[in-house]
Amino acid sequence: MKEHQGDVKILAGGMSLIPLMKLRLASPGYVVDINRVKGLEYVEESDDGKTLLIGSLTRHHALESSALAKRRVPLLSEAAGSIGDSQVRNLGTIGGALAHSDPSGDWGATILALRGEVTVLGSEGERSIPIDEFLVDTFTTALGEGELITRVSVPIPPDSGSGGAYLKLERKAGDFATAGVAVQIALEKADGDRCTYAGIGLTALGPKNLRASRAEASLVGKRLTKEAISEAASAAGEECAPTDDPLRGSAKYKREMAGLFTRRALELAATRARKQGGRAAS
Amino acid sequence: MSSLKVRVNGIESEKDVEPRLLLVHFIRDVLGLTGTHVGCDTTNCGACTILLDGKSVKSCTMFAVQAEGREITTIEGMQSAGGELHPIQKAFWENHGLQCGYCTPGMVMQAAWLLSENPDPTEQEIRLGISGNLCRCTGYQNIVKSIQEAAKTMRTEGKVQR
Repeated sequence: MKEHQGDVKILAGGMSLIPLMKLRLASPGYVVDINRVKGLEYVEESDDGKTLLIGSLTRHHALESSALAKRRVPLLSEAAGSIGDSQVRNLGTIGGALAHSDPSGDWGATILALRGEVTVLGSEGERSIPIDEFLVDTFTTALGEGELITRVSVPIPPDSGSGGAYLKLERKAGDFATAGVAVQIALEKADGDRCTYAGIGLTALGPKNLRASRAEASLVGKRLTKEAISEAASAAGEECAPTDDPLRGSAKYKREMAGLFTRRALELAATRARKQGGRAAS
Repeated sequence: MSSLKVRVNGIESEKDVEPRLLLVHFIRDVLGLTGTHVGCDTTNCGACTILLDGKSVKSCTMFAVQAEGREITTIEGMQSAGGELHPIQKAFWENHGLQCGYCTPGMVMQAAWLLSENPDPTEQEIRLGISGNLCRCTGYQNIVKSIQEAAKTMRTEGKVQR
């Protein structure tokens, strides 16, 4: 990669790179297929049980069906199952999707909601980058020349009182999101469902996957009442930055949908958090 | 040119291919297995669906060289050695699960993956499972019916084929 700097693309699942190459939007001189690299496809718990570790080549389908992910971070499985179609999920990878940083990608929003981080490896060594810093702009990440994602790590939410939801609006089955919202919350049951954690990531609602920071801040420390959820939903609708597009609707429409889907996702996550154990994915 | 060794429908082949060659073109033009169709060439329609090590993938969105050392099943590999149709193929035939037939090879391969993962799917699970396969003739009704019947036959025959 050093030798052909600027002219190399890494091929993971290929679900974005190959279509881009067919459209001649990407014409790399060299494509490095990493699919044969061993030890990059796994979903496991860290030794201290606090973090879920996901190898960068882990396919969407593996996360969708992982018993460990479903039990410990069900939001991951729900988001994985919403990506593209079955064939795409059999090849597409979490690392490839994040490296692509498509604002319509589902993983960026999900990892934002979970406050995860991305571990990358280059000739200078390994470093871990919080997701907020990793996603820089449309199709632009903090990956340096010659660096490769090796792992995605997300903190495992508390055993009870936590819930997540990923909801997206699609024009038709398998389409990119018109708008999508990933939500992860934690509630203190003993304290009348006071919200102790809120993570909200947005899909297709700005130049990159965005964090709805104001919406998050409006929830933490409060009881998750209808009013609190409505307030957070309007904040998300205001702070997102969608653009008009002839295929999927006007910026105004998308803002409305951002608010609506944030409200629905929060309600669903709250219902799940209140359930015994609070972890059911559906 | 790169040398490519791959097992397709149980038969080992070794060919020299351009690294840029897509898997679907390798299957159709190099191996002459034209049952796998090119519908949209944009990862949407699923007509080119094949099984790669038992998992369904769209062969128009993979380079042939990526299949090195792997096992591929195409629609031609579904029938038994004696030439008998696979239960999924039979069910499509009997339930009029096709009209023009263009999407059918992809539908059958996707159904094979779907049933290997979930031998007793609900109608909703079938519809979601084939959402990456487009049919412009049938309205999907008979395709869903075919897959339901195939599932039933395969469960009673205890046949899990990949």
